[in-house]
Amino acid sequence: MPPHPLDARALAALAANPGCRRRALLDGAGVDKGALAEALGSPAPFGQSQFAFMRGNAFEAKVKADGGTELMRLLADRLGGQAVPPAPGEVSVPDLSAAGPEGRTARTALALREATAAGAWALLDHPLLALEVAGSPAYLEPDAVVVRPDGRWTVVEIKSFPMIDGSADASKVGAAARQAAVYALALERVAVRTEGAEVGHQVLLVCPKDFSNLPTASVVDIRKQLSVTRRQLARLTRIEDIADTLPEGTTFNLERCSGAQLTSAVDAVSAAYAPECLAACELAFHCRSRARERGAVEALGRSVRGELGALTTVAAVLSAAHGDTGDPDDPTVAALRRAATLRAEALAGADRAVTEQAVAGRAMADRAVAADRAVAGGAETEG
Amino acid sequence: MTAPPASRPAPDSSSAVPAAGLPSSAVRSAFDPGAAAARATDAILRDTLGAAHRGVVVDSPPGAGKSTLVVRAARELAAAGRPLMVIAQTNAQVDDLVVRLAEKDPGLPVGRLHSNDPDPYDKALDELPNVRKSAKAAELAGLDIVISTAAKWAHVQGVEPWRHAIVDEAYQMRSDALLAVAGLFERALFVGDPGQLDPFSVVGADQWAGLSYDPSASAVTTLLAHNPELPQHRLPVSWRLPASAAPLVSGAFYPYTPFRSGTGHGDRRLTFGVASDGSGPDRVLDEAAESGWGLLELPARRTPRTDPEAVRAVALVVRRLLDRGGVATSERSPGPVPVTADRIAVGTAHRDQAAAVRAALAELGVTGVAVDTANRLQGREFDVTVVLHPLSGRPDATAFHLETGRLCVLASRHRHACVVVCRAGVAELLDEHPSTEPVQLGVTVKFPDGWEANHAVLSHLSEHKVSWRP
Amino acid sequence: MSLISTLARLEAVASGRARPLATVRHRRISERPLVLVPLTTAGEAGAPLGALVGTDRDAPRLLTVAQPRDRDLRFAFLGELAEAVLPYIDAYTDVIEPAERNETDPETGKRVKVEVELCVDAPQLVVPSRPGIDFVRLLGRSMRFRRTAEEDPETPYPAPPRVPLLGRWLTHYGERARVPGSSLLLATTDLLNRHWATGQSGLEDQHLGALLAWIDPPGTLSGAEAALLAELERDRDGQLACPPAGPATDPAFDNRLLAPAIERYDRARQELGAAEDGADAEERLARLTAAERHIRALLLGVMRPTWDAVWHGLDLLRQLPEGARVEERWTRDRWSFTGHRDRVRAGEPPQPRRDDAVTAAQKLASRETALAQLAAAEALDDPLVLAGHRLSGEAFVGEVTEVVMAYSEGKRPSPRPLITVRTDDRPHLGERTKVFRSLDGKPQSAEFVRYGDGPADEDEAGTGTGTGTGTGTGTDEDGTLVLRLTDRMGRSKEPAPGSVPEKGDRISWTLFEHDQRGGPKLPDPEETPWTHGGPPVREGTAEAGPDAPRQAPDPVTEEDFL
Repeated sequence: MPPHPLDARALAALAANPGCRRRALLDGAGVDKGALAEALGSPAPFGQSQFAFMRGNAFEAKVKADGGTELMRLLADRLGGQAVPPAPGEVSVPDLSAAGPEGRTARTALALREATAAGAWALLDHPLLALEVAGSPAYLEPDAVVVRPDGRWTVVEIKSFPMIDGSADASKVGAAARQAAVYALALERVAVRTEGAEVGHQVLLVCPKDFSNLPTASVVDIRKQLSVTRRQLARLTRIEDIADTLPEGTTFNLERCSGAQLTSAVDAVSAAYAPECLAACELAFHCRSRARERGAVEALGRSVRGELGALTTVAAVLSAAHGDTGDPDDPTVAALRRAATLRAEALAGADRAVTEQAVAGRAMADRAVAADRAVAGGAETEG
Repeated sequence: MTAPPASRPAPDSSSAVPAAGLPSSAVRSAFDPGAAAARATDAILRDTLGAAHRGVVVDSPPGAGKSTLVVRAARELAAAGRPLMVIAQTNAQVDDLVVRLAEKDPGLPVGRLHSNDPDPYDKALDELPNVRKSAKAAELAGLDIVISTAAKWAHVQGVEPWRHAIVDEAYQMRSDALLAVAGLFERALFVGDPGQLDPFSVVGADQWAGLSYDPSASAVTTLLAHNPELPQHRLPVSWRLPASAAPLVSGAFYPYTPFRSGTGHGDRRLTFGVASDGSGPDRVLDEAAESGWGLLELPARRTPRTDPEAVRAVALVVRRLLDRGGVATSERSPGPVPVTADRIAVGTAHRDQAAAVRAALAELGVTGVAVDTANRLQGREFDVTVVLHPLSGRPDATAFHLETGRLCVLASRHRHACVVVCRAGVAELLDEHPSTEPVQLGVTVKFPDGWEANHAVLSHLSEHKVSWRP
Repeated sequence: MSLISTLARLEAVASGRARPLATVRHRRISERPLVLVPLTTAGEAGAPLGALVGTDRDAPRLLTVAQPRDRDLRFAFLGELAEAVLPYIDAYTDVIEPAERNETDPETGKRVKVEVELCVDAPQLVVPSRPGIDFVRLLGRSMRFRRTAEEDPETPYPAPPRVPLLGRWLTHYGERARVPGSSLLLATTDLLNRHWATGQSGLEDQHLGALLAWIDPPGTLSGAEAALLAELERDRDGQLACPPAGPATDPAFDNRLLAPAIERYDRARQELGAAEDGADAEERLARLTAAERHIRALLLGVMRPTWDAVWHGLDLLRQLPEGARVEERWTRDRWSFTGHRDRVRAGEPPQPRRDDAVTAAQKLASRETALAQLAAAEALDDPLVLAGHRLSGEAFVGEVTEVVMAYSEGKRPSPRPLITVRTDDRPHLGERTKVFRSLDGKPQSAEFVRYGDGPADEDEAGTGTGTGTGTGTGTDEDGTLVLRLTDRMGRSKEPAPGSVPEKGDRISWTLFEHDQRGGPKLPDPEETPWTHGGPPVREGTAEAGPDAPRQAPDPVTEEDFL
């Protein structure tokens, strides 16, 4: 199976949850997580509206029209240095088409080297770059890379979210910056083998201006994202090492495996589910239902764990809070009991009816505790 | 220049101008810290007194003599017949400056402008004959120097603007606070430490992110955005941090504005009268005495914030430091000086942790040790610090725990050694930290990143690691 | 998240139902709110697709744009929106009461009281979710700089009348929504999340359908089951049973239903343009009308569930009694509304694109003040909120066990009674820490003297081991502490009746102030100091560069989208 390219979604998932081994293994092995989630019965609700898709394509085409004249003007204006943007004829737009990803990356590297050696302007439209992630190659396709006569390579990101009065959705800009950082890292691999080349740590983000279709641009400093990504990639557990810990014969072959086989294969690799995964990872709904079945407190949010110390399940926390389990000298347990007492007191004082509900809730909680104990069967240590 | 040279070290000895005949290593090495610091100070005073610019910005790393500089600049301005106002951020800072000024020059007429609250200033000021205190600026008119907090100054109206001002801790001052007081002066010297905790707002200020005058940004950010031509200086030598600490703190927290220690390796020594009993606390103390750093690592575990084992470990380290008769040798005095409780501090991230450590110390019969959060330890100095690592035992890192300034404050309060107590597993925790920070267009990226700084400090500390159990 | 709300979430998981986070309602719900459910076109900045709007839950007004890329249709939509919203706003502008306001006399510079009008009530806008508030802001930004033909006969694309005015009002409401505790523009999800904890994460709580499912699950379903259905259930056509609360639409809706419908509409329009004779045109017009009606039906189908959900949410919130201090905050909202009314009437230009330095600082300061006021008011109004502060050591509740009369020193001794309080709470008290209680709705302050009820020994208060001011949490004490009452006892030597607590009184004390002093006066924008770039450049002045005209209309281009 050809490896699934490390696309924007996979990068977002990596950023949102770098410590998740399940995500790492599936991405590293090039498994189509969307199809896998479908087969597991928890399809990812991701999709793209064709309106957005068309608008994005139309905008990118407009930005790159006329040999990139407008793009070059924005680049020269925002990134300074060159006061005069190159004339339309001065920018070469090399043909990057080739057979297969290896062919395309080789073609891209050649074009980069040629343009740098020529000391001229070049616009690389959808170049293909390769980067080793967790021991396996990943292919990356930036919107554009510009080579300047001084040998500097600049990543260009073209996005269809607007810049209104000079500002844009910060989470989208952040995602674009992280994406650009991965591209810049991949470019660095080529640059070290190219005389006179240097990869810029400032990228050009091009977006529609205000409520129009006219492009505007802003420079984004990606030094932080570069250093974080560099470190993340360097420390990623190698896919083989994760795979080695799996039971013999584990496979994610969507065509040959049954749903149950796939489920047990997926569950053989540990996940670090957090609600943030829902917006980033195709498998999130599957992992969420698993986390909820376990009663894992982080299903309620990463921050929830902060005050719960060694208690990791809903049942363990509630039973400690209600005084059924837990060491009263443990500050977590003591704080939970005080919190439960204060909460009950406030509710009781406020409304008798509410109190009755609380008692009912308590009874239900106790039942949940009992059920949880039965299910856990000692597999989870809660001490 | 009319001011006499510094005649004796200031109370925390973080003097910008070292006394004569200082560290032998300084003489030996090519880099002469005393001369470098003096050159920087001279240039700063020249720009300040020359008044060719409306503002002068001075970056001062930990223990580089910021207060000494402020006192000296204030006295020289006053001596040149230019009355000035001084703006500090907290009442404690204001009182401290008043005391320092009076120590240097008891005859100097100083005004302490204070609030209408009960106990608005330190009682020690009542002992100073030439310090006048008032809640009304008009009653202090005509004095050479008038000092107050930014908050109090903001309420002063209808006075003739001062020709000069000194803004202390300018990096901890918010842009909107500067806006409220900038009309009171014509030109100003801005002094501060860019590496400490940034000012913040409890309500969202994203809508102004990227604007040069974002009210929630630091005063210096706004000032320089609008006046990029202003001269910027930095004090290049930390007189507090030992040679073992300056490179790490400089590299991790001031990557683009490095500084050096004023003393060399071997100029300071920490020794114990009682030999190690082989326990974790004793071994980490020996390591810290030897190398300047010690990491006491407890087994990995998710714990509450007030992790009882870690808290007790912190208290034990302090207890053993006192019991073993720690003695510090430094350039400050001719002979060894005992490291007493008042020369030791414990730093934590949260107030409840500080309270738990205080209780644990009380249980061990230790009194007089400063135990506080990073916020409150800012600007203070000790011989030995014991730090409960902000990420110890946590399930995850948060922006609060990763804030660069917090770790910087905790790692830069000591003259001799710093012991960090931490659960194992923080490196993994950092690796698993999501990197999904939003990015605001137009906002200058601040360096260093807290995540990276934490990694840098941790990897250095791991070379001085001692396990709790042998 | 505080441990008490974390606990509430965990209880919700265990019980299968959302659990209360408040015992009273902390926001005003108007008797007649205007609900607005907007939809936008994917990938376009501020190209509305449709909206349901109105004050009658049974009769929402449906506004749609059959082809969002068509400028004329968008303008028609905005014009209709203005006709739907502005009469609602206008209905409040002239119902006024006399009020007084402090102003600085421009001649004397003194603070004087001025008689002004204050609107008796204010219009309230309710949207489904937080992105809805952002969208209101975006609509405001996109409309307020438009020019109508009346304002500028030369403008190439005149906006319908009243559209710029609606833009200014939406901008005002969008800004006001950033003030903590304000109720002029509310998101239903925010309202519900303030008052209930669900058994899911805060991120999942942004889904209005799932959130309501936890608070009021239909039938016999548990909250978790109902929430899962709300998130994921789809019909045979792949359409969500509970569509997103907007303004974004579900991609499956766009791709499978809306796109073909718009295509049909476009085709019908083209065909109508090419009609050859009257009969032909009539038939083609009928087809166009049908195509448009189909789009309207589709959009109504995905907006109506959200519309109903918003009203359902409001019903649930109305069941909670309103907090005592909500009225006070609503009065500030009324001032805000009246102030904007006055600015519009005075012919002031629309709000600028970006705040100047002074305005930004003023807004930040007033929001910080509002946040502190809100936190204190909620704690005083609601024992469950107070419980959070008690847990964190910022408040305590205790019974008065002894009152000893004492007096201040000085020529005119004032009463400074010592109050002994027994409490199970562990407040973070240090030497002379100020504490406050509410006395007839006004704060009365006291200071901490010492732990224990032993003889008065001033040193006892400072027995902490640290040199910091905190003296621990008093954990090893017997829960008794002594306070000295310091104000609000009248001017005479004997305290005013009722101003001193009595033995047996159970009183809540907070370590935070109840009133928040406003920040310092900032300079006028014209006097912005050099540190902040000097006075802003105003439109029409000589220095105004190309970017300077802050109120100029957005440049209009062929490819403009709004």
